[in-house]
Amino acid sequence: MRTVVRGAGLSVRIYPRALIVGVLLLAAALAVALVNLTTGDFPVPVADVLKSLAGKGDAGTDFIVYELRLPRVLVTLLVGAALGASGAVFQSLTRNPLGSPDFIGLTTGAASGALIVMLIAGGGGAQVGVGAIVGCVITAVVIYLLAFRRGVQPFRLVLMGIGVSALLEALNSYLIYRARLNEAIAAQVWLIGSVNGRGWTEVIIAGVTVVLLLPTVVYFGRHLKLLALGDEMAVLQGVPVERSRAILALAAVGLSAGATAAAGPIAFVALAAPPLAARLSRSPNAGILPAAMMGAMLLSAGDWAAQNALPGNDIPVGVITAALGGVYLTWLLFRERGARR
Amino acid sequence: MTDPRLRAEDLTLAYDKRVVAEKLDVGITDGSFTVIVGPNACGKSTLLKALARVLKPQAGAVWLDGQAIASYPSKQVAKQLGMLPQSPIVPGGIVVEELVARGRFAHQRLLRQWSPEDEVAVTEAMRLTEVADLADRFVDELSGGQRQRVWLAMALAQQTPILLLDEPTTFLDLSHQFEVLDLCAELHEQGRTIVAVLHDLNHACRYATELIVMKAGEVVAQGPPAEVMTAQCVEDVFAMPCRVIDDPETGTPMVVPADRQRRRGSRTPEAARA
Repeated sequence: MRTVVRGAGLSVRIYPRALIVGVLLLAAALAVALVNLTTGDFPVPVADVLKSLAGKGDAGTDFIVYELRLPRVLVTLLVGAALGASGAVFQSLTRNPLGSPDFIGLTTGAASGALIVMLIAGGGGAQVGVGAIVGCVITAVVIYLLAFRRGVQPFRLVLMGIGVSALLEALNSYLIYRARLNEAIAAQVWLIGSVNGRGWTEVIIAGVTVVLLLPTVVYFGRHLKLLALGDEMAVLQGVPVERSRAILALAAVGLSAGATAAAGPIAFVALAAPPLAARLSRSPNAGILPAAMMGAMLLSAGDWAAQNALPGNDIPVGVITAALGGVYLTWLLFRERGARR
Repeated sequence: MTDPRLRAEDLTLAYDKRVVAEKLDVGITDGSFTVIVGPNACGKSTLLKALARVLKPQAGAVWLDGQAIASYPSKQVAKQLGMLPQSPIVPGGIVVEELVARGRFAHQRLLRQWSPEDEVAVTEAMRLTEVADLADRFVDELSGGQRQRVWLAMALAQQTPILLLDEPTTFLDLSHQFEVLDLCAELHEQGRTIVAVLHDLNHACRYATELIVMKAGEVVAQGPPAEVMTAQCVEDVFAMPCRVIDDPETGTPMVVPADRQRRRGSRTPEAARA
């Protein structure tokens, strides 16, 4: 179903269902985020949280909301959105549901960069973030060069990504093995992916990433539906194929690099958010914004579960998403087998 | 005489290291219905791809309106020149109307993604190709012939003055073949320049205002079918002895291959002429 909206200089075709799904997902993500602001060691009623957010709270509540919980909640929303958008772009560019940044080695590369900073250079905090971003970008370039042969075939890119990913896993294991025990444990915890104890530094990393790159991928995202018809058809329709694809891929690499820098390598969200959003909006490709909203919602809900699943135990959200990811992947393969029969 | 809008100059065309054509010069007569014919692997489709800037030549250039086609912004070319490729990727989960609408990309801008002209162009393209009834069907569930007409609709929706068609009649039954060719003829009468690769020489002679005959990467003849399509030409290019008679319907040349017995006895051109 489609509806046309026309007005002063504006003429766009919208898909009401996709729009409604996007808005509902955003609302759901914000609602879960609000719940996350109220829960924790010191429960704060919703009314007090809202009062505090409006700038009329008391000092105690302000401290809990602004220093302890809001950064974590914002990092969760931003990282989820970045992962969802990044996954949508990569899955479309590679024409493959497994072509998400956590499968084609980008997240693993970011982890390698972060581990090198943590375990060899002895850095911490924002330096780990920078390491992750550098690691992710270098990995992307290496995969691109390895897959390049008269242009890049999407399937080759996915296979190269999986190969490079395996090598980097080995590197990461080696880095952890040779580290001192307490460092190794810290690194291993970081590798799970978590928003525990994230502060305003991580909010800025994730925020800058999303503010700069999300509009970029949305703008060039118009080209994705033509690139999906093959390079030849995209050229014929007037898409500057190489440039458009390079910008989309780089921006999507940046999104997943920024997300990993802020929260570590969180699994599954980039893989599952786009197809889930597409299913809800009943369209072949959900578009980048619904995928981003779905990512934000999934990660927020995941973090709520991480805080409340085991009483008195704040487990990393990466554990929850990895578990959900396993279920999702099994279902995906199971359905695929059913379809083949 | 001024140069035609679309022409190729000194083209070397190759896939990786396999050279298909060298030093190829071709001009597409403005307002013509040009049909390119030639045996398999002679470089017909390759030339068409180069003309549509889908294949980058290793040397030489394709010129559109006196400027190298590669130097234009991609969208600007897409408003002038469209092409129906031979085997496009069939996307999953997309309906016919949606696919045809993608043919309007070159005419759209960020805030102007669906103008009344877009709507008219898509409706008209689907009507002309008789796929309006299929509008809400999934493209990957259609038959080969239906799909071919949907791709053609997408190319028509682009509304370009120059339209290139790579074997537009493949997958189609006889009546649909002629419908598509009739449609091309109508578009040509409306003033568009049509360039099509066809395999059937008789179709080519009936519809073309100009033939380009290719063999082994070279243009061996170019001109009106009545001048170009001779028994000698078919024999030289396709190694097929034949008679060329007047088509009883249209008076255009009609190629009638020689009988099997006669062909077996006459392997050499001399014998064939005898």
